[in-house]
Amino acid sequence: MPGKLKAKIVAGRHLPVMDRASDLTDAFVEVKFGNTTFKTDVCHKSLNPQWNSEWFKFEVDDEDLQDEPLQITVLDHDTYSANDAIGKVYIDIDPLLCTEAASVISGWFPIYDTIHGIRGEINVLVKVELFNDLNRFRQSSCGVKFFCTTSIPRCYRAAMVHGFVEELVVNEDPEYQWIDRIRTPRASNEARQRLISLMSGELQRKIGLKVLEMGGNAVVGYLQCFDLEGESGLVVRAIGTACTLDKVSSGTPASNACNSPSKDGKEPVFGEDLPSSSGPPTPFRALPTSSSSPPPFSPSKPCSRQSSSSDTDLSLTPKTGKNTWPRPPFPLSSLPTPTPHCGEFPFFTLTSFPPGFLVHVGGVVSARSVKLLDRIHNPALGNTRSYKLLDWNSVTADEPETRDAWWEEIRQEIKSHAKALGCHAVVGYSESTSICEEVCILSASGTAAILNPRYMREGCLDIGSTDHRFEDPSPPSCGFCHIPYDELNMPFPAQLTYCYHCRRQKVPDVLFTTIDLPSEAAVTGKGCLIQARLCRLKKKAQGEVNATAISNLLPFMEYELHTQLMNKLKLRNMNALFGLHIQISVGENMLLGLASATGVYLTALPAPGGIQIAGKTPGDLSNEHHILTIQKRINDTIAKNKELYQINPPELTEEGLGSPIPEPRQRSRLFRSHSESSDELSELDLSHGKKDAFVLEIDDTDAVEDIHSLLTDAPPPTGFYSCNTEIMPGIYNWTSGIQMFTSVRVFRLSNANLTNQGLNKIFTDLCENLLKSFYFKLRSMIPCCLCHLNFTVAVPEEELIQVRHFGFAEFHSFVLFFSSVRFVLRGLFCFFLLFSFLVVVVVIAFVCVSGVGSVCACVCLCVCVFSPAASVDYGSFADRCSTWLELLRLKAHTIRRGSVKTSRRTQSLAHSGRSRSLRSSRSFGGSSVTVVKMTPLSFLPGIRIIKYLGIINMFFIRETTSLREEGGVSGFLHSFIAEVFAMVRAHVAALGGNAVVSYSMKECVLMENPNKNQAQCLINVSGDAVICVRETDQEPTASMTNIGQTCCSANDGAT
Amino acid sequence: MAVELDVFVGNTTIMDEEVYQLWLDGYTVNDAVKVRMEGGVLDECEASADVLLSDTMDQYRTFQMCERLLHSPAKLANQCSNDFPLLCLSLFRYYAFDDAFVREVLGKKLSKGTKKDLDDISAKTGVTLKSCRRQFDNFKRVFKVVEELKGPLVENIRQHFLLSDKLARDYAAIVFFTNNRFETGKRKLQYLTFQDFAFCAGQLINNWTVGAVDNMVEDMDVDLDKEFLQELKELKILITDKDLLDQHKSLVCTALRGKTKAFNEMEANFKNLSRGLVNIAAKLTNTKDVRDFFIDLVEKFIEPCRSDRWTAADMKLYLTHYTNSAHILDTFKHQVVWDRYMGVIKSCIFKMYHD
Repeated sequence: MPGKLKAKIVAGRHLPVMDRASDLTDAFVEVKFGNTTFKTDVCHKSLNPQWNSEWFKFEVDDEDLQDEPLQITVLDHDTYSANDAIGKVYIDIDPLLCTEAASVISGWFPIYDTIHGIRGEINVLVKVELFNDLNRFRQSSCGVKFFCTTSIPRCYRAAMVHGFVEELVVNEDPEYQWIDRIRTPRASNEARQRLISLMSGELQRKIGLKVLEMGGNAVVGYLQCFDLEGESGLVVRAIGTACTLDKVSSGTPASNACNSPSKDGKEPVFGEDLPSSSGPPTPFRALPTSSSSPPPFSPSKPCSRQSSSSDTDLSLTPKTGKNTWPRPPFPLSSLPTPTPHCGEFPFFTLTSFPPGFLVHVGGVVSARSVKLLDRIHNPALGNTRSYKLLDWNSVTADEPETRDAWWEEIRQEIKSHAKALGCHAVVGYSESTSICEEVCILSASGTAAILNPRYMREGCLDIGSTDHRFEDPSPPSCGFCHIPYDELNMPFPAQLTYCYHCRRQKVPDVLFTTIDLPSEAAVTGKGCLIQARLCRLKKKAQGEVNATAISNLLPFMEYELHTQLMNKLKLRNMNALFGLHIQISVGENMLLGLASATGVYLTALPAPGGIQIAGKTPGDLSNEHHILTIQKRINDTIAKNKELYQINPPELTEEGLGSPIPEPRQRSRLFRSHSESSDELSELDLSHGKKDAFVLEIDDTDAVEDIHSLLTDAPPPTGFYSCNTEIMPGIYNWTSGIQMFTSVRVFRLSNANLTNQGLNKIFTDLCENLLKSFYFKLRSMIPCCLCHLNFTVAVPEEELIQVRHFGFAEFHSFVLFFSSVRFVLRGLFCFFLLFSFLVVVVVIAFVCVSGVGSVCACVCLCVCVFSPAASVDYGSFADRCSTWLELLRLKAHTIRRGSVKTSRRTQSLAHSGRSRSLRSSRSFGGSSVTVVKMTPLSFLPGIRIIKYLGIINMFFIRETTSLREEGGVSGFLHSFIAEVFAMVRAHVAALGGNAVVSYSMKECVLMENPNKNQAQCLINVSGDAVICVRETDQEPTASMTNIGQTCCSANDGAT
Repeated sequence: MAVELDVFVGNTTIMDEEVYQLWLDGYTVNDAVKVRMEGGVLDECEASADVLLSDTMDQYRTFQMCERLLHSPAKLANQCSNDFPLLCLSLFRYYAFDDAFVREVLGKKLSKGTKKDLDDISAKTGVTLKSCRRQFDNFKRVFKVVEELKGPLVENIRQHFLLSDKLARDYAAIVFFTNNRFETGKRKLQYLTFQDFAFCAGQLINNWTVGAVDNMVEDMDVDLDKEFLQELKELKILITDKDLLDQHKSLVCTALRGKTKAFNEMEANFKNLSRGLVNIAAKLTNTKDVRDFFIDLVEKFIEPCRSDRWTAADMKLYLTHYTNSAHILDTFKHQVVWDRYMGVIKSCIFKMYHD
């Protein structure tokens, strides 16, 4: 279906002075789409030109509509010399292609120049007319909706979840083309911006096609990443979950509709075609694969494990028809049968689910593989842990094929691990890469799970009939903890007990997952952020040697990260981790590991045991004394943490059905396996083996160091909570104001000859310090909680370490959000050679705070944090603030005096110190002052999302040759990030939205050369533009099931 | 280990009032950290000095970035910024000034020369040099913008800089003084505060400028009404015509008799004082004499009165009767000009007559 794109250039304002003589500008605009270009008249001598152009019409293919951005260039007319570019605006018109989303893009866009930043604004109107065309062979996929949100979007209902979709496109990086040597930095940057924009458009279109093929109409949990592979090219890849979404009628509160559990199970909340059919022995080998060369993949799991689980599966599931996955969505739809290759993997990028969807959770599965990058046109030759698995002969020169094969291999591995855990699906699935020079670590992780067969069609599977666990529905608050595997054939040693909640089924002693805490889960006390940090030195090497060295280190790192996590979890007296995200980044002479998760005490799981310290040489008296002191400190810490997080598990009543008395000291265990599994290293028992896990032996300095680091983790100051999941477990009274912050840090280590321990300490301090400075900065907002904290680390160059953070903070009166940025400092320019004796650590973080007091629905849950008086105060403050804001606007626009009152009010505001409250007010009196909220969360507490307007996916490059003048790297990056925020806000406002949810900064690459006074930075951001309104009606508490999990609605209802 | 880069950017900016004030006062980052440490922030939040330093640097950088916006606040309204309210908050503080500083530059040319003297002023007033520069630049910026605009001065300032009413009036006073280059630095004028001058400027703007008659002229509130100044010459008759002078004196004396202790001095000095005031009026056509307006007021009127120990009430009484009596003089035809002149003089002198 071809379409007609129409654009109109209305006016500009605050343009920069381009003509020194007159201090004015002769501006005109070029509008370009595809190969067609239109120009407006020149508006002479004005910094606020009014073009009021005609409608420029582009008649184009819908394929182009999806791929290409509308490119608007503002230029200064010069009679005698070449016209000077003022800046550009790229408008992604994808949101206009969906019928339900925005119908027009109209607003003031910042004019952006890669050298000068934002230079004025331009008012543009864009419309699209699509002609219907039902050509089955079309290459476009208009109308498929994309969501970054990793849950079912609030105003939709999932009629069907089709499964995993992935795609990647590869291109040469313009920055590395020969032409780059002769063109200007501006031209090079613009070429890159445009290329990436094109590539993401293409990627989205291709994914859309796959979704249509599967019969879906939307992609949820859409995650797009760039791999800047340097010389070997540029990869844009994306994964997502294909769904069929129904719009919830506007009458019912959206959040109810998608959260409400289907009471009788008949309600087709999910017309799910679940992958469980592939869980059973049907080996993936039998599956048709999408890649042209299905690697001859041999199950890489340790054989014992693999076979035992296979046996298990066999015993559990007698011959089910060897269904390939996905199943055609059963009768409900008369959609065409999806081609099998679309959903080869039973993966879901979602992290939170409607109640009842998730049946059991097995544990974290992850896979990593080390690859060597090569020039884009050469067949990639990789040295990988599992390189045998790749059929190199079949690798063509076609790059996507190679990359596809790499990912394919990892996904297969994940799938097999999930099977080993007796699970047929992987939820909370994500993929990432870390690149250093030519070495690339590909990682994938997710949570093995069993999804509810109730939502699957009869005949699809018959697991349900044979497995008692499905017939016997578990209570929602503990069901997901129950083990999915057979206890007699456990895939790994684990300590099982009867569920502390229902007493009927077995649960593990510890549970690690990558998903968000299910809303119906029963939790004791509050959650907290748990981080494991690790640095490992490695020798500098090239090529295969390097790759081998890295692969050899990886399992040890994973093991150590896991041990740290486990110890810290025990120290906090908790028994489950949610939102686990392990990042391993590679640098030239070190590897960095950073694992973040939110620890909670699940009521259903047994109480964690303490930590015991043991010395290796019992005879030594002084040593013994030392051990005793440490033991005492640990016990004290545990007791303190218990109080801090209010963990008071209900007293055990021993009338349970013969439940064994839990051992005081539990063993730990991680449901996880690694890609390195293909060789004997991965046979390492990550589960601390048979010994009593929580006896820590102090036999050398390492152990002392470990224990030391264990104890140095300072708890957050009073009034602060932090977690890396969307919702802070244990706190339910959110307020509606949300704020988000991004933080980036680069550290330079002065000594390159550091030991592992030394590095570890520095790295730990770095992360701790970062957290501390967040707490400090946000101290005026106490009580508050940092949510969705997401740290990202990177070792940008040989001597550089890099960290990225992502997060979100929430309190009942404030929500903070940390989102993430990644730093890859690569020697694009020769700058870094200068630092060859230095080490730099980069830490980036993103924070978002939400504020504005509200009266909470369930004060009882966190009485100590929230004083009602303060909240009332705060609400009124918010009101004041909003009226005041209006006043100011009025003042600014209508040139009416605000009178002395304004200033007085100002003073009072200033004094209140908490002036952070922000109101989302819809566009105001026709002016462009719109407050656009941004949050990495998928929702805004106390605010109802009424419409999704489309995905925001933007890529910016900024370069400067006057670094010092812009305030150094910090000043440069600060203003760039602020500009990116401004541009995102402007685009959202132009779509008619007033908030961005699921916002994330996926990429932030900084390169600098202070000696040359230069710096370059790349930022990629994404999110969902939405329209939201304040929830005026009280949300019925019943909408959220369970244990005081009341969704508190903000009722300061000012607007 | 050195922090190479440390950035903390929010969708909404967090501004620490205390740090902002320190920044405005021109403290360096290190000094500001010291002040904050002494203030005990650290104890409050168990933070380390590093954290404090990083926070302070961050805030300083934010302020520096905002500064650009603060220079043309009218644009703020158009920014798609969530910081609008915040910026407006900071605006008022940014444009606030120290009376001590402004007193020093009041009436001086806002030129590079003056700017060079800022370090002396800084040393004299105890206001840091940075802060002095900011205030000086603020004056200059406001002056430049307003210079070319039509319409009421105070309104223009308020519109373009989104300032409060009070602050806008003060800036108007500064602009007015700068434009007319009133001499304020003489030793005899030292006892007067900026607020005294600001009040007088307000009086002058409202009554003596072109704008007082016609409100759509350029520079209407900045330039004095030339015609009016010309007309003031006519008032000379009050002192040149001997009859008129005597008549005036007797009228005033009759009205004052018995009402004040200083009556004798008033009677004795009447002619001198009257001559002083009328001469000031007559000379205002000369730009130089306009500059000396306040000096003349002090020398010719306030000082003699003070040496005679008049109270403020005496002064009020005297000036009221002095003004009103002129109306009764039947040969005196310039009542309107007289009122316009004396109205301002009266209120200025009331304001200026203190210790």
